[in-house]
Amino acid sequence: MNAMSHVQSGNAYNFGFLDEYAKKEVRRAILKAIAIPGYQVPYASREMPMGRGFGTGGLQLTLSLIGPDEVAKVIDQGSDDSVNAVNLRQFIEMTCPGISTTTKTAECTLIQSRHRIPEQPLTSMQIIVLQVPYPDPLVVVEPSEDKRKTMHSEADYSRLLVKLYEDIVKFDEITISHRYPTRINGHYVIDPSPIPRWDVPKLNDSAAVILFGAGREKKIYAVPPHTKAEPLAFSDVPFQVEDFRDEKGRRRACARCGCTDAFLDEFVADSGGKTWQCSDSDWCDAQLLPAKRLQGEPA
Amino acid sequence: MNKILEVRNLGKIYGPGCPQCIESTGPDADTNLCPHCGSVVAIHDVSFDLFEGEILGVMGESGSGKSTVVKALYFDQPPSSGAAIFYDRDKQYELFALNAAQQRWLRNHRFGMVYQNPHLGLNFNISAGGNIAERLLMSDLMDYGAIRERAKALLARTEVLLSRVDDLPKNFSGGMQQRVQIAKALATQPPLLFLDEVTTGLDLSVQARILDLILEIQQELKTAMIVVTHDLGVIRLLAGRAIVMKYGRVIEAGLTDQILEDPQHAYTQRLVASAL
Repeated sequence: MNAMSHVQSGNAYNFGFLDEYAKKEVRRAILKAIAIPGYQVPYASREMPMGRGFGTGGLQLTLSLIGPDEVAKVIDQGSDDSVNAVNLRQFIEMTCPGISTTTKTAECTLIQSRHRIPEQPLTSMQIIVLQVPYPDPLVVVEPSEDKRKTMHSEADYSRLLVKLYEDIVKFDEITISHRYPTRINGHYVIDPSPIPRWDVPKLNDSAAVILFGAGREKKIYAVPPHTKAEPLAFSDVPFQVEDFRDEKGRRRACARCGCTDAFLDEFVADSGGKTWQCSDSDWCDAQLLPAKRLQGEPA
Repeated sequence: MNKILEVRNLGKIYGPGCPQCIESTGPDADTNLCPHCGSVVAIHDVSFDLFEGEILGVMGESGSGKSTVVKALYFDQPPSSGAAIFYDRDKQYELFALNAAQQRWLRNHRFGMVYQNPHLGLNFNISAGGNIAERLLMSDLMDYGAIRERAKALLARTEVLLSRVDDLPKNFSGGMQQRVQIAKALATQPPLLFLDEVTTGLDLSVQARILDLILEIQQELKTAMIVVTHDLGVIRLLAGRAIVMKYGRVIEAGLTDQILEDPQHAYTQRLVASAL
């Protein structure tokens, strides 16, 4: 293997910023993560030209997987246009000459995301990389990493369930809004990064490969395609996604596209009242398109 | 009577250990600290049997190794040598030959432990009910309603006010914390219960009620128990048989009445005399 093989003329950096040895190590960790669904594989997280915590884990996975004919999409909280997404996309475009980027979920082959899985179902031709701040779900109940590793290996997750029990006692429902602990393939429980509960069912039996990269914590884990992912719950208090019904019991609709089956963000409108809008901006645009065509407006 | 536990030649040495450790420690040497290598011989050659529904008392002074015995059997600290066989219905387990996951399974499903310090047995950041739920969840009960019912029933049985099910144990009195610990230990109806100085530090009337509770549980559930204490009164009240330990060795074993009325070993004689 030649570490300089991908250097393009006129560009001081290797294709994909990371050198080929670093990419190889990350790919190896990814393969192991896929082979042991839900297991947190340690890897040597490299220094990236941005602060840890800004998506360096996800970015290293993306840069290790990206090839010259890739179509990449970067989202942050569902939006392609937020600062974090724009900066990461520009960085990828700059360091991977020849690849193309898109905002359309249907067209991309590789998605790097923070906090959301797109509403549009992913296909077997796609890979989604999620940026992870805290990879270990047990960190809230056990401070010692040594003990956490034993708990993972023995699938001892009763203390996470006690947390759910306490939630129901105090609030009559499970109040975990994001990072919902989810059991993968019947053994390891993962922290599925800060995706909302709404996105947790999308992990189950997914057609696309779902990869998780934690740059600061130096861990990679995966939910391989068509793998069982069950959110932890009690047999008589099942897992529930967010409830978007209003006081009258009607499902709220997106103020922009009118869609009633997507995850909604709550805003304070200019008038002072509350308004709801799709969190996934590409999905919202796609819903808007047919509506505009019907009205005869240019899309 | 069915044997439930068989302990043979249990030993625990803290430190590097040397060939002279055993002969240079013990009651005759009047120390448990090896003068050659500085190791502490916490227990050596401890053997006993325990039968179904029986309470065995383990007494001795501080540092005699009595707590180390139950800690080894409850897998809190692995022993350096020895064997223990646990007979459970028609199965038997070589306790120290099991792997960590099997040990954890036994601990969660078939054993119960009540510590002297409630901080060791309870999680003070979750409610009393949550503490019991933790143990039920460990033994794979996954139904919230059923867990809630069991937790309430257990707390009622151990005379904790039901209105305080969802309070944090740190807001409880010492006696109540101990009751919650007992309820937690009993949650899975274990056939074997370890009690490590459960009444030490509680005032006398509370002590009496906790001891009553332990006796009632023994009568009701036929739970076998190992009671570790330095309090001869507790031994007299609870234990049918007892062993006396000093510097990590068993110096006397037999029926409680016999030991207390007619102690053979000089140390036991002193112990009994001092208590009277």
